[in-house]
Amino acid sequence: MSVTTILSDLAVGNTAVIQDMPTGHDAHLTRLRELGLVPGTRVRLVRRAPLGDPIEISVRGSRIAMRCSEAQHIKILTE
Amino acid sequence: MSAVVTETNSQVSGDTSSRETLVALVGNPNCGKSTLFNILTGLKQKVANYPGVTVEKREGTCFSQHGKKMRLIDLPGAYSLNARSPDEAVVRDVLMGRRHDTPRPDVVVLVADASNLERNLYLATQVLELGLPAILVLNMMDIADAKQWRIDLALLSERLGVPVIPMQATAEKGIIELKAAMSRKLASPPLRHPPIPAEIYATLDLVRQELVGTGALHNFGGLLEPLYLISDHDPEHYGIDDAHLSRITAGHDALEKQFPGWEDVLVAARYESIEKLLHDVLRRPEREESTLTDKLDAVLLHPFWGWACLLGFLGLVFYSIFSLAEGPMGWIDDATGFVGDWVETKMPEGDLRDLMVNGVIAGVGGVVIFLPQILILFFFIGLMEDTGYMSRVAFIVDRLMSKVGLNGRSFVPFLSSYACAVPGIMATRTIASVKDRLITILIVPLASCSARVPVYLLLIATLVPSTAVSTGVKVLIMLSMYALGTFGAFGFAWLFNRTLMKGQSALMVLEMPSYKRPAVKTILLYMLERARLFLMRAGTVIMGLSILLWAAMTYPKSEGDESSRLAHSLAGKAGHVIEPIIKPLGFDWKIGIGLIASFAAREVFVSTMGIIYAVESSDDDTTSLREHMRAEQWPNGKPVYTPLVCVSLMVFFVFAMQCLSTVAVVKRETNGWKWPLFQIAYMTGAAYLASLLVYQGGTLLGF
Repeated sequence: MSVTTILSDLAVGNTAVIQDMPTGHDAHLTRLRELGLVPGTRVRLVRRAPLGDPIEISVRGSRIAMRCSEAQHIKILTE
Repeated sequence: MSAVVTETNSQVSGDTSSRETLVALVGNPNCGKSTLFNILTGLKQKVANYPGVTVEKREGTCFSQHGKKMRLIDLPGAYSLNARSPDEAVVRDVLMGRRHDTPRPDVVVLVADASNLERNLYLATQVLELGLPAILVLNMMDIADAKQWRIDLALLSERLGVPVIPMQATAEKGIIELKAAMSRKLASPPLRHPPIPAEIYATLDLVRQELVGTGALHNFGGLLEPLYLISDHDPEHYGIDDAHLSRITAGHDALEKQFPGWEDVLVAARYESIEKLLHDVLRRPEREESTLTDKLDAVLLHPFWGWACLLGFLGLVFYSIFSLAEGPMGWIDDATGFVGDWVETKMPEGDLRDLMVNGVIAGVGGVVIFLPQILILFFFIGLMEDTGYMSRVAFIVDRLMSKVGLNGRSFVPFLSSYACAVPGIMATRTIASVKDRLITILIVPLASCSARVPVYLLLIATLVPSTAVSTGVKVLIMLSMYALGTFGAFGFAWLFNRTLMKGQSALMVLEMPSYKRPAVKTILLYMLERARLFLMRAGTVIMGLSILLWAAMTYPKSEGDESSRLAHSLAGKAGHVIEPIIKPLGFDWKIGIGLIASFAAREVFVSTMGIIYAVESSDDDTTSLREHMRAEQWPNGKPVYTPLVCVSLMVFFVFAMQCLSTVAVVKRETNGWKWPLFQIAYMTGAAYLASLLVYQGGTLLGF
C-alpha cells in the first residue's frame, strides 16, 4: 500500500517516488534537485550510516548521501 | 569577492590561429576526469591557483596525432553551471570566456561517468548549449557494463550532435580514440536552447537587457550568461564584480517574485529532456544489479565491520606517519647538521657564516623535515580519494562531526593534524564547503601534534621526578593534554560555527562513487604535487621567518657565553618585556625567551631552554636540563618550576599557535593574512586564559 511520508523515514531497501519538495529560494534543495531529486523521481534508500545519520540513497543510477535534516523536507510516496 | 573578470576579453579569446588549441576537460566530480588528464599530459602539467581564490588550476600539454601541440586545462569538478562554490564559478567563467587569466577554450572534452549517465548529462547538456566544439567521453564503461547497461553510442552522438567516445580511463582504453577525435577539426554543436518555459524566457530576456546596460555582461548574444549569473549561489560570488552584484541579485529577485521557484522549474525541465533522450539511448535492467561496490560497502559500511575497518586503516596510516617517517626525518636532520658543520669549517667566522648555518641552512632543514610526513599522508589521502573510500570515511563519521557543526570531510584533516598540522591543513582541500573548510583550518592546530611531544615529555619529567611516581601517572598527564587539545578544538569549532559566517549553513551531500582500482600514476602525481606546493609556497615563508627569528636571537651582539648572548639579544630583551604579562601564568623571563623562540616551532623550546640554562641537552636526553630547571629559582628564592607552573606551561603549549610552518600554510590556503592572524590571536589568547586559569586557580587552591 502506498503511504505518503518523508525521505528520512523511508525504510532501508525500500523504494519511493518523490512527491514534493519545498520550492523557492533554498539553495540546498535546488542543488539536491540538480543532483536528480526532482518530483516524480524514484529513489531507494540503500543504507543508513552506522550511527543512523546520514542516509545513502540511490537516485537515477547514482548514490548520494545526505543528512536526515535535509531529507526530512522531501515528501515521498512509498511503493 | 573578486573584481577581475568583467571587461571584455575578446583580444585573448578571439585570435585562435596564433596560439595552441586550448582544450578544457569538464565534468562532474568523481567522473575520472583527473585520471584522464594525467594520462593525456603525463608529467607535462603544472598546478597553480586561479588568482584570488583557492581553486586549483591544472594545466598541461599534449600532442595531437599529427604532432600538433595542444594546451589542456583540467577544470574543477562541477555538478552544474549554476555555481554553488568558487570551483563551480571558475568552470562557468572559463567556459563563458569571462576570465582574464584563462582564454575561452577552443574545444571542450566533456567527461561523463557512463554508469551514472543521467546525472552526468545534466552538466553536459548545459555545457553543450554554450556552443563550443565538444567531444563527449563516456568514462567507466566497465562499470556500466557490469550494471548491464546498454548505451546506444551512435544514437547518443546523433542526438547531441557531438562525437561520443567510450572509455575506461583506469585501463587506458579509449585514449587513442579520444586523441584522434581531438586531432580532427571539430564543428560547433548544433545550436540548442535550454528547456525554459516561454514566460520565464521572456522575463529572463528583460533581466538580460538590464544587465547588458550596466556592463555586468559582455557576451551580448545569449541568454545563458545572465541565466547562470543570476542563478549563482556561490557564497563568495567569485568571478562576479562587486559593482554588478546588487544588479544581479535584483535580477534574481525579480524573477523569483514573478515565478517563485523558477530555478526548480528549469531543473525539472532539464531532467525531463534528459529522460526523454535516455529513453531512446539507454537500456537498463529493471532491477539494480548488485555490483562489486555493493558487496564492498556491505562490509566497509557495516555497523560493526565498517568501524573496525576504518579504525584499522587509520591505525595503519598513523603508524606509517609516525614510524615510517622517522627514518627519513632523522636523515634530513643529520644532513642539515652535516651541511651546517661543513659550511662552518669552510667559511670564515662571522655574521655571514652564522646567518648561513643558523639562519639559512637550519631554515631549509626546518622546511624539508616535513616532507616525509607530507608524502606519506598524501599517499594515503590519494589512495582514499582515488579508490572512493574517502566518501565512505566521511559517511561513517559525519554524525560525530556534525555535533560540533563540521562535516565528515573534516575528519581526516583533523586526525592527520595529530601528526602535524601542516599536511592536515593542506588536506582540507577535499572539503567542498567553504565555511566548513575554514573552520577546519582554524581548529586543526589544536590537535596535539608530534612537535608538542618533546615539550610535554620535558615538562612531565621536570614535574614528576621519575623515582617518585609511576609511569602510569605520566601517561595520564600526557593523555589529558591530548584530551584538552581535542575538546578545545571541538569547542572552538562549535563556537566558530555559531559566530563566524553565521547563517551560512553548508549542504552536506556526499557522492558515494563506485569503488575503483587505484591508479598508481594519479597517486604519485598527487603526492609530488602536494610536496612541491608545500616547498614552493609555504617553504619560502617559513625560511624568511626563520631567518628573522634567528636575527632576533642573535642581535644586538654582546660578549660572553651563549647563554648570556641570548639573554642580551632582541629576543632576550623581549623575554624581559613580556615578563609582566606572563608572570600571572607563573612564567619568568627565561621561559618568555623559550616561548618566543618556540614560535618558530614548538620543539625548539627544549633546545632554547638548553641554551638559556647553558646545559648540554638533546630531545632524547634531557636529564641535565630538567635537573637544572628544577633547581631554577626566582630572585626571592622560590623555585620557578613548581608542578603548577609545569602544568600551566603545558596547557599553554596545548593551545598556543607556535608554529611558523602552520602560519605559512594557513596563509597559503586562505589566500591572505587575515585568517592566519586571527588564528594566532585566538589560539594564543586561549592559551593565555587557560594558563591563567590553571595557575591562578591552582594557587588559590594551595598548589
